[in-house]
Amino acid sequence: MSSWQEGRRPLTIAILAMGGEGGGVLADWIVAVGEQAGYYAQTTSVAGVAQRTGATVYYVELYPGGGRPARAGDARRQPVLSLFPAPGEVDVVIASELMEAGRAIQRGFATPDRTTLIASTNRVYSMDEKLALGDGRVDSNTLLAAAHAAGRRFIGADFMQLALEAGSVVSAALFGALAGSGALPFEREPFEDAIRASGKGVEASLRAFAAGFEAARQPAPKPIEPAPAGAGPVPVTISRRRPVDAAEEAAEQAERRREEVAASQPTALVGPQLHGRATLVAERFPAPARSMLLHGVVRTAVYQNPAYTDRYLERVERLAAVDTGADNRLTREAARHVALWMCYQDTIQVALQKIRRKRLDGVRAEAKAAPGQLMNVREYLHPQVEEIADTLPTRLGRWVADSAWFGRLVGRLTRNGMIVNTTGIIGFTMLWAMAMFRPLRPRSYRFAREQAAIDAWLDRAVAVAPVDYDLACEIVETHRVLKGYGETHQHSVESFTKLMDAADALVGEAEAAATLARLRQAALADEDGSTLTRELAALTLAA
Amino acid sequence: MAERSFAHEVKKLREGAGTTFAGEGILAVTKALLQSGVAYVGGYQGAPISHLMDVLGDAHEILEELDVYFENSASEATAAAMMAASVNYPLRGAITFKSTVGTNVAADALANLASGGVRGGALVIVGEDYGEGSSIMQERSHAFAMKSQMWLLDPRPNVEAIVNAVEAGFELSEASNTPVMLQLRLRSCHLYGSFTAKDNVRPPMTVKDAVENPSRQLDRIVLPPASFLHEKEKLEDRWPAAVEFIRSRGLNEVIGAGTADVGIIVQGGVYNTLNRAMELLGCSDAFGNTTVPTYVMNVTYPVVDSEILDFVADKRAVLLVEEGQPDYIEQSLNTILRRAGSEVILHGKDLLPVGGEYTAAAVTRGLHAFLSKHLPAAVSAKPSLLLPKTDPASPFAPRVDAEVVRARPPGLCTGCPERPIFSALKLAEKQTGKQHHVSADIGCHLFAINEPFNLGATTMGYGLGSAGAAALNSKDADRRTVAVMGDGGFWHNGLTSGVGNAVFNQSDQMLVVVDNAYSAATGGQDVLSSRADSQLRSTKHPIERAVRGIGVTWAKTIANTYDIAKLRDVFVDALTTPSSGPKVVVAQSECMLNKERREKPLRKQAMQSGKRVVKERFGVDAETCTGDHACIRVSGCPSLSVKPNPDPMRTDPVATVLDSCVGCGVCGANAHAASLCPSFYRSDLVHNPSWRDKTLARLRRAWIGLMSAGVERRAARYEMVEELA
Repeated sequence: MSSWQEGRRPLTIAILAMGGEGGGVLADWIVAVGEQAGYYAQTTSVAGVAQRTGATVYYVELYPGGGRPARAGDARRQPVLSLFPAPGEVDVVIASELMEAGRAIQRGFATPDRTTLIASTNRVYSMDEKLALGDGRVDSNTLLAAAHAAGRRFIGADFMQLALEAGSVVSAALFGALAGSGALPFEREPFEDAIRASGKGVEASLRAFAAGFEAARQPAPKPIEPAPAGAGPVPVTISRRRPVDAAEEAAEQAERRREEVAASQPTALVGPQLHGRATLVAERFPAPARSMLLHGVVRTAVYQNPAYTDRYLERVERLAAVDTGADNRLTREAARHVALWMCYQDTIQVALQKIRRKRLDGVRAEAKAAPGQLMNVREYLHPQVEEIADTLPTRLGRWVADSAWFGRLVGRLTRNGMIVNTTGIIGFTMLWAMAMFRPLRPRSYRFAREQAAIDAWLDRAVAVAPVDYDLACEIVETHRVLKGYGETHQHSVESFTKLMDAADALVGEAEAAATLARLRQAALADEDGSTLTRELAALTLAA
Repeated sequence: MAERSFAHEVKKLREGAGTTFAGEGILAVTKALLQSGVAYVGGYQGAPISHLMDVLGDAHEILEELDVYFENSASEATAAAMMAASVNYPLRGAITFKSTVGTNVAADALANLASGGVRGGALVIVGEDYGEGSSIMQERSHAFAMKSQMWLLDPRPNVEAIVNAVEAGFELSEASNTPVMLQLRLRSCHLYGSFTAKDNVRPPMTVKDAVENPSRQLDRIVLPPASFLHEKEKLEDRWPAAVEFIRSRGLNEVIGAGTADVGIIVQGGVYNTLNRAMELLGCSDAFGNTTVPTYVMNVTYPVVDSEILDFVADKRAVLLVEEGQPDYIEQSLNTILRRAGSEVILHGKDLLPVGGEYTAAAVTRGLHAFLSKHLPAAVSAKPSLLLPKTDPASPFAPRVDAEVVRARPPGLCTGCPERPIFSALKLAEKQTGKQHHVSADIGCHLFAINEPFNLGATTMGYGLGSAGAAALNSKDADRRTVAVMGDGGFWHNGLTSGVGNAVFNQSDQMLVVVDNAYSAATGGQDVLSSRADSQLRSTKHPIERAVRGIGVTWAKTIANTYDIAKLRDVFVDALTTPSSGPKVVVAQSECMLNKERREKPLRKQAMQSGKRVVKERFGVDAETCTGDHACIRVSGCPSLSVKPNPDPMRTDPVATVLDSCVGCGVCGANAHAASLCPSFYRSDLVHNPSWRDKTLARLRRAWIGLMSAGVERRAARYEMVEELA
């Protein structure tokens, strides 16, 4: 039996954080707590000063009874402590964020036999997660499941949120969680003393500490169980990924409540002038699609007028007529994507979005403005010739789009963009005036093009549905690639066209739907469409 | 203004004999220098020893009281050359820089210093940037010690041991007339621990005394025939003197002598890791009471032959734990053992990793292999890290999908003024329709090589961004080469090695000098062109004046890098102008990290004292954002992230601005310059508004209320009442 196995070993604590998150301060606090309890403390890091926002490990060892005089014959007067966490030998792992917890697990620091794993369940997305044109986020649920499996104990909460609410930084909330976890043999007081002694932002840190302390005593959030396959119609999900994000979860719950209302009292989900359409939705469409349809009904009416809503419902009905799926996926997705496409983002729509009261209230909330506090909101706009042409009546728009002279003029005027103060009289009036162009929209250059494209897209889906239901669904969902403004939008239209051509070629093929879904992912992998081109080429080769 | 202030910690430097001094390894080294009677100190900042320079800077009062001269050297070469003061005078001097890059720069001066030898103790403190978290090529300082014959101390990672090594280093230097290198590994520099302090010692001879009593010895100057004499001295006088000192002072240690007939030889810097490995295997405890004899080389060069031979005399086999490659010590031991006809089996990099950092796991595995072979009885425990990955009890058993753990390399900070420079450069390339070879340099700007900018092809060394583009200069090419250099690198050597060279050789390159007012990557130390007043140094020397002084005719200074459109236009101009010779664009804006550190408290104070303060931040309208993330692809700001789409109809995450936003303006400027999308807005929150603000706000509120009433009424006909949402 070695001394190590007999427990004559230091407490070992690894902190995984990103540069600038206060991991070093957290390590120093832990040292202070340890030292006041008579432990011999050592801490080190590879922080460097250049490690901005990079992943970093801080490491603390606390040797019990460190103050004891060396025994005669001891090789060293002070305990010899390690500068590296040894995989499998770490008592406490503190991760500032969920992916960093994943990293701790991957590196063998957090192990089921020993480690108390304390992790903030929020996500700070890595660059490659943020860069994707679509959704590049990794599955948080996988990380959460790993955290539960990889620690002897897992203490998880959104410590970042708790810290923000307290006006502090995540390290203070995590320090509270460490105290609350009871993983270290110290009372709460010395932890708080350590914060007080550090003398900076003490009050806020103590508030975050207290919140973290309490949160650590609650059970950690569980990963969401995958829905059992084949259990009848599944409720509408916001996304197919099962999220752990609190906001996302709340949104899903709201959506479930909405579905109930959509079934029992559809008119409650729309304004008074749309009650008739809501009743129509309840009569003509399958239950799983109704909530989404009611969203679409409202959106198209606000975007243009109730007649436009009728056009929307007619379009979705074409798909509903050929929908043979048990869960009405085709109708649901059509309800979503037809509305989104019909409400494409033109300058009129953007202007309307900018001047809505709820939007300005939202901006105030995000800026944490106190009630009545003065705030100005400035928009960074950059109207392009194409966008101006798009808004004008068809003939004028076409002339403008083709006019080199006008193009140069607008180009010069807007080259460096314009800043509009929405909270100012001139700025607001400008945007308001732009929004008032709405009645002219149906005669605009872009409107006709969009409607034709929408119908062509739906024709294709309707034709394919009897042959290959899943492929029809994928065709509808391919609308997801249409996004962005200006050049980004132009690229997305190109990708969309390629995907539709591919869909035509795929009809009748085995795995057609899966292939189209993969191609859609490829289209969202980069902006210049090179991944899609590559995938398409590979497909042709294989054929 | 350095990123971190040590003003509080430096008070500890005054502590006298008997007090317990607790702090970072770097702070302890400073105290040790003062206790050793050092007369002058210089150096160049760089991780992991930047803090040493910062501590010394903040300690200038104490240094002045003790008549210790301190300077922030222009480069490592300057610092090394500074040690000439110890050649003729009995002055103790210390310099510091990061290694091996700093040692490379200093090599010329160090070689000259080591050739002539020193009279006063000369200590070169190198921060070894090797292993995890390192930002440079992986090489060893050991080579420099060997090639110039400087002694290399590698104390075990313990603050007390490090302090002792500083003091012993000076004595060793004087006893052998040889400069001494003190190697501090990355983790040792940031190591927190304590030791018992001694009184500070005023240098017996100060720099002033030396200046007033000039002296010279012709035979100390490196010029034949003296240089041949120096080589002879090195071998015949200085080496034996050093060995004698090391032996008599017992700088190297043997622990656990006689406990077994196998042994371990370890570099001091790796000792703690070795002891942990021994603990895990059951052959040592926390106080180093090992059952396997261990020879700890706190001096790794020179190797003391007689100590090695004594140690192995009663051993069947020894394991050498030597971090990094080449295996200089292992080669040396083999020579020593073979010459002496020793039969002992020497293991080293046959059982331990050939390269890379010697982590606890790496050393434990190697030691386990060694003991299993030669002393299996010593192994009484088997830590789980030795289990194969396939064993579910292994710490490396797959417990998380590797796909979900993404790399997170360091990047530019929130609000960094360098981000818009690279955004503008990308836009300029888009506008000219040409991609360029970009020669990068050392500094934060090197992060541009990563996503989302992907700019930069090589980095050849600090300040060598321009020189790195020297060969790629063709009169017949349809485009220019782009070079990037920071202000730190510029003053370090880039002005001569790069700009001067480009002028002289009529290079057509476009050189972007990133002037953020500090040597920012190393923690915000001042440089010649810093725009703040400095009590200690002469600042405010514009870079543009310097390049014009050296012969550049096309030079432009952009005082605000956040003006992306303007910067883009200047780049396009520089890339297309018919003017010959280097085109130098000085892109200025203060490092945001330093600026925020300075201004945030001031803002808070102003806010509290009732002054009008406008707090700016950016935001993204989730409704207007289509989730294409083009903005992130041109910016890469940590505060610009994604969040779940609040719109129940849409699935892709939308862009969002986090609370950490400092309102630098890059988002808006990018939205404009790159014609991104109309989702970006800036909110200006007014604290303590003036009466003018208030009146205007009342007017505006009334007008907007009037205008929006119709819009909201119309929407209310279609939208459900919010409560149901």
